[in-house]
Amino acid sequence: MKSLSRLLAITKKEVRQLRRDRLTFGMIVGIPVLQILLFGYAINTDVRNLKTAVADQAETHLSRQFIAELGESQVMDIVARVDTAGELEDLLRAGKISVGVLVPPDFERRVIDPGRAAAQLLVDGSDPTISGIANQLRIMPVAFDTNLQQERVNNIEVRPYYNPERRTPVNVIPGLTAIILTLTMTMFTAVAIVRERERGNLELLINTPVSSAELMVGKVIPYIVIGIIQIALILVVGDLLFQVPVRGSVVDLYLAATVFIAANLSLGLVISTAAKTQFQAMQMTIFLILPSILLSGFVFPFDGMPLIARYLGELLPATHFVRLARGIMLRDAALLDLYPELVVLGVFTVVAMTVAALRFTKRLD
Amino acid sequence: MGPDYAIEARGLSKHFGDIRAVHELDLSVPRGQIYGFLGPNGSGKSTTIRMLCGLLTPTEGDATVLGTPIPGSARRLKPRIGYMTQKFSLFGDLTVHENLQFIAEIYSVPKNEHGARIDELLEKYDLVAQRRQMAATMSGGQKQRLALACAVLHHPELLLLDEPTSAVDPQSRRDFWANLFRLAEAGTTILVSTHYMDEAERCHRLAILDRGVKVADGTPHDLQATTGMHIVEVEAEDPYAAQAALHDLAWVASVTQLGVRLRVLVPEHHGEPVQRVEAALAGAGVAARTRLSSATLEDVFVAVTMDAAERSA
Repeated sequence: MKSLSRLLAITKKEVRQLRRDRLTFGMIVGIPVLQILLFGYAINTDVRNLKTAVADQAETHLSRQFIAELGESQVMDIVARVDTAGELEDLLRAGKISVGVLVPPDFERRVIDPGRAAAQLLVDGSDPTISGIANQLRIMPVAFDTNLQQERVNNIEVRPYYNPERRTPVNVIPGLTAIILTLTMTMFTAVAIVRERERGNLELLINTPVSSAELMVGKVIPYIVIGIIQIALILVVGDLLFQVPVRGSVVDLYLAATVFIAANLSLGLVISTAAKTQFQAMQMTIFLILPSILLSGFVFPFDGMPLIARYLGELLPATHFVRLARGIMLRDAALLDLYPELVVLGVFTVVAMTVAALRFTKRLD
Repeated sequence: MGPDYAIEARGLSKHFGDIRAVHELDLSVPRGQIYGFLGPNGSGKSTTIRMLCGLLTPTEGDATVLGTPIPGSARRLKPRIGYMTQKFSLFGDLTVHENLQFIAEIYSVPKNEHGARIDELLEKYDLVAQRRQMAATMSGGQKQRLALACAVLHHPELLLLDEPTSAVDPQSRRDFWANLFRLAEAGTTILVSTHYMDEAERCHRLAILDRGVKVADGTPHDLQATTGMHIVEVEAEDPYAAQAALHDLAWVASVTQLGVRLRVLVPEHHGEPVQRVEAALAGAGVAARTRLSSATLEDVFVAVTMDAAERSA
């Protein structure tokens, strides 16, 4: 009982301090909202309106029709008309356009010759996304309108499940919960403990009957609540602004999130035992957040990464929560379907907590 | 190890790598007394106190605190010890009252006693007006009184104070010591480290530490009576010239300037110290008045912290 009341005393004190720390308080709300807005609006793999220049050397009815169709596709936004391939290259190099369309003088003859390409797209390949989009244009049919269109055989039909409109925010926001929680939960705990060491509070605390476990758990409880509030915030803003659905059970989502929050808090505690200053704690958190963004499957499809990157990714809690969140929110998966991810997060939490508690007791020596 | 001692230590050492912070320290602190640790910065005072409350593990040696061996059972000891850190270590973003309340909860003081105990301490340590003030915004003296109030809130048997007065003005220091005497009268054992001579003089007993080694131990009176030095006080118009005339003499152990006066330490085995000093000053053409003086704690400190070679000069 004494142990519990000491733990609660720590929690109460932490909440009091938190209420007075306006910056941290602001970040609790500010970080999720800002990130949703940034990622939701800025990240868009559905590319449109690429700046395009056209060199129409054929100047025929057919070539004009072809160019008009390109413009109507909305993928391209024709901003300039030039005469030669060299001019297209100049514009490309200067960064004024992303795509150049070269229609050669013998365009009409090429169109009817299946062995030759009718026109050329000069693409800024330094951005793989743009060249990927331009690649799709290859299959655009070109034919004399008087002739019958050549039959195109569609061997494969694509049916996008779970996100039929292919809206990027639907994919981004569930993953974003993982990134936001990694950032805030890890940083808040790491900084909260290091701050006490910096200010000398810790020397006082370890001379009281408080045990390291009571101290750590007591300090972490308020942040668990904050994490849960942040998730609610993300879900509400995601729904209001981007209509991101929660197709699975909200209870499952919160259960998974609670384990994930615990994993990040324990990681924060480990950082706090290694960092000597708040600044170092921040640096270590950033060091952790980058791989969490890049290797977790949040930005790049996990299966497409090299083997070593996938192994590293599996070690990060964010990777597992990205899968859990996408599974529950988008695919209506039950927690039971995804239990291996939950087990990994649980094991991670126990290991990190143990490391933190072992390291913590030895601090002053 | 008798029950008359609150702290007993034998051969206590703490090494940080190659640095010997504390070396083979023997210590016997009687119950109910104020025991002082006197020494310059880096002499091992804080390290010793941290070992005694279980914050640091001794490299060698063992100690018993309130009958409990440390560091093994340090945890059981915590409720019986009060500790005041060198740096203010309470929460600056909590009010005075909230800090006291937190400490009361941490030490499991029964809830129905919180109010009365906190009011009593606010009264006793003159913090009633600061009750709702954030601790960070208080003066040095107020912070120190709050720290002491927090350290004694749970009625500890032993109070460990690490340079408690290093950041406060002389009036606050006097008041602080008055509080310590009240606590000692009530039966609390107090171990206090300081680098102020006047504070050391108030202790019942004290140990002088120098570079991790205990170089003297006893009551201030005993220490002053057994320096092994004659103290000659010199009052000169030109104290610098007088110092220059005496400094390099083989039989002078040390010369310390206090304003226009010099205190010259001459080892006891040299006879007629006053005449010697007068002759040396006359030889250098320095006009001065001299007289034999009794040792102050400062003289003791100078005598025990000098090199062995200087001491037997």
